[in-house]
Amino acid sequence: MKKATVKSAHFSLEDLLDEIDPGRETLQPAKTNMDRRSFLKISGGLGVGLVLAFSLGGKARAASAGGQTELNAYVRISPEGSIFIHSKNPEIGQGIKTAMPMIIAEELDADWNDVKVEQSPINEKIFGWQNAGGSRSIASNWDTMRKAGATARAMLIQAAANAWGVPANECTTENSYVFHGKTNQQAPYGALANKAITLPVPSENTLRLKDRKDYKLLGKRIGGVDNHALVTGQPLFGVDQTLPGMLYAAFEKCPAIGGTVKSANLDEIRKLPGVKHAFVVEGNGHPLELTTGVAIVATTTWAAFQAKKKLKIVWDESNASKDSWSDLVQQAHAVKSHPAKETLFEKGNIDTAMQSAAKSIEAFYSFQFVAHATLEPQNCTAWYRDGAVELWAPTQSPVRGVGNVANALGMEKDKVTIHQTRVGGGFGRRLVNDTLCEVAAISKHINAPVKLQWTREDDMAHDFYRAGGFHSFKGGVSPSGDIAFWEDHLITFSADGKKPVIAGAPRHPAQEFPAQLVNNFHLKQSLLPLKTRCGLWRAPGSNTFAWAVQSFLHELAVAAGRDHLEFLLEVMGAPTWLPPKNLYGLNTGRAADVIKLAAEKAGWGKQLPAGRGLGLAFHFSHAGHFAEVAEVSVSATKKITVHNVTVAADIGPVVNLSGAENQCQGSVIDGLSAMLELEITMENGRIQQSNFDTYPLLRMPDAPTVDVHFIQSDNPPTGAGEPALPPLAPAVCNAIYAASGHRIRTLPLTKEGFSV
Amino acid sequence: MPDYHLTVNGKSHVVKGVEDSTPLLWVLRDTLGLVGTKYGCGIAECGACTVHLDGIPVRSCSFPISALHNEDIRTIEGLANKDGTLHALQQAWIDHDVPQCGYCQAGQLMSAAALLEQNPSPSDVDIDDAMEGNYCRCGTYNRIRAAIHAAASAISESEPKS
Repeated sequence: MKKATVKSAHFSLEDLLDEIDPGRETLQPAKTNMDRRSFLKISGGLGVGLVLAFSLGGKARAASAGGQTELNAYVRISPEGSIFIHSKNPEIGQGIKTAMPMIIAEELDADWNDVKVEQSPINEKIFGWQNAGGSRSIASNWDTMRKAGATARAMLIQAAANAWGVPANECTTENSYVFHGKTNQQAPYGALANKAITLPVPSENTLRLKDRKDYKLLGKRIGGVDNHALVTGQPLFGVDQTLPGMLYAAFEKCPAIGGTVKSANLDEIRKLPGVKHAFVVEGNGHPLELTTGVAIVATTTWAAFQAKKKLKIVWDESNASKDSWSDLVQQAHAVKSHPAKETLFEKGNIDTAMQSAAKSIEAFYSFQFVAHATLEPQNCTAWYRDGAVELWAPTQSPVRGVGNVANALGMEKDKVTIHQTRVGGGFGRRLVNDTLCEVAAISKHINAPVKLQWTREDDMAHDFYRAGGFHSFKGGVSPSGDIAFWEDHLITFSADGKKPVIAGAPRHPAQEFPAQLVNNFHLKQSLLPLKTRCGLWRAPGSNTFAWAVQSFLHELAVAAGRDHLEFLLEVMGAPTWLPPKNLYGLNTGRAADVIKLAAEKAGWGKQLPAGRGLGLAFHFSHAGHFAEVAEVSVSATKKITVHNVTVAADIGPVVNLSGAENQCQGSVIDGLSAMLELEITMENGRIQQSNFDTYPLLRMPDAPTVDVHFIQSDNPPTGAGEPALPPLAPAVCNAIYAASGHRIRTLPLTKEGFSV
Repeated sequence: MPDYHLTVNGKSHVVKGVEDSTPLLWVLRDTLGLVGTKYGCGIAECGACTVHLDGIPVRSCSFPISALHNEDIRTIEGLANKDGTLHALQQAWIDHDVPQCGYCQAGQLMSAAALLEQNPSPSDVDIDDAMEGNYCRCGTYNRIRAAIHAAASAISESEPKS
């Protein structure tokens, strides 16, 4: 990530993108502040045991002197033998609260049963950037976590060696014990912890990190550390937080983005059962923080919801959105036949290539807006008192949340404390901290602890949506069946008439497949005006580019009369890393390997009954190479059944096999859900869908089985939360073509008359 | 506003001062502090709020407290066995590492528990029928299915053979 510190100014959506996208200049694995720090041993007083934290020079020592040693400890070993590991990033369902501590435990040679994982405090000064986005936690923290475990292990060994009067290099460790074979001695970590704290912290270059072949924990199937609490209904989530004397709030905003409150029937509302307060909250002019609306505070959630239904608000919509999806679709069809406004990337000579092509095709692809629809609707709990505010927040971006709340309330950041809760689904929605700012403002107004709960309808109406868009393609194949040229006129949206909406266009066009691999290539762009708020939705950009590009690539394979697998492998060509040794650059060798594996496991080429077909697609994103094959049946009435999806993945060595597989299975289901019938549309600036009756997610009977296969290459490990999603939609559409001859060029599938 | 006498997980509660229209979900969460049952949609579409009334799964977000008739209410907090061990489904959920975000899983478990009480060895189609009212936004459906089959086997193996 580029920015490890929070800017004091207000934040833009581009700041969000910087956080999850390594960027052109820093395409190497992200360096966190932690990487530049050395380890520091902190003695927290008698009986605390070994505590290892990351050195921050004087600051950490001061914290120690202040008696707050646990706050900055990543690893703490108690004399009783419990091994406490702090997980610093938000847990949003991606499994990071289990995976990161596993890395420490592996190098520590800890018995996993001794490990107790705790969510760390949110404190940028101690833990650096704390965030869940861009599938980056594993790649960014891998070395730091390994060294944390190895440092603690080395100190425990030294403590044992000193006690036994034997050389440290003769000692071994296993399952939270140090052993000395020659003298047949052993000691549990707990018994050594208080001795270990008296020793110097070994320098990093003396640490011996394990070879992969010696891993006992990494690569195994380890269950989520919160599973027991989840299946017994313990309070873990944002919505589950309670405070003494807490009240319950609802918040109503203008259904058309940008509208403000002219007047409201507040006196009437205040008389309703259970209602304690009703008032207007003025926005701070920053949609990522505080938007104008009416707050209702009541004694229960239901009382607040009921009163909210009785609100009569006159909105000033002079600056509000008038967006209309049906108009925008018409505009896009008009724009596609005009010259594009801008070239994003060009190479070779399209015009010459067009003339010599054996066959040329044109295709117009259109995809819809979608909502995040996290199952836990947006919510947050806050307590403003004595000029400071504390929040219990289900956020993906807590460190930036501190800055957001400080901005919204006009206070210093050191007056804002965020407690991270478990998050009932992120998918990018909770990179925006609007709910935190709203509840902080409400709590300040009433000077009492309060929980703000959005209704599902609020959640759907006030999302930061995955932008829809359009690709107008022209492509051709040469007489020998190669891609002769590729032209893509991308039509997306802009709020200011200059920049595309977030994730609407590739940030690095020269690296957006297949730009790297096609000789005559032209990517151009036109922008349509839009006020609807756009945001980051699981695998931003990739989740739509992959669909259009991998579908059109299949169209070219068909035009060339070639097998899709063979065609795709030829496009990849000889193994090349573009750019070389760049973790976030496409490696065509790794790509070919996952493509071949997916095809093999799915039985590519096998005989299938009429109306049933296989579809293949590949996409590289978030440093992960993924190929998927979908097996789909299409009936005469255009009813489709997705029987099975085979996923082949290379994300380097897998940290937690159960967690990574779960992410891939979930990405496939999520990707299928989003392409079948989900669609956000707007008319007169208002979102037309309001709840799951008009925005129906995929249900269990329609879910395919998902087989996941990993190629555990020797590349650095990277994240699994997002990159399995993008290839799903084109794999399914290519399978529909194989099964029925119908080429899907509009999403969702219901637009072309298909159903499940 | 009458008082309501509720039996939740075998424990009696008197609920005072709530509107007749208040859904059972909000009584459980806000009044009784049983927050394991989740709010997802408020219109009985997502299943996150599923609880049992006399063993029948209902969507508590759309079930007003005034419609209760002395039924035994069971929530996720009361799903474990009487001896304190986990219900076979809870254990299977852990063994199969089902949850991702976990928000829907209390509702999933309650729907699955009602299914197994009616049908101790459900087929895949039976599972589809019983579980289609429960969304999992993270997409853990494959594992939910496997865990239900595993729990059904575990229950049948633990029962004495006649």
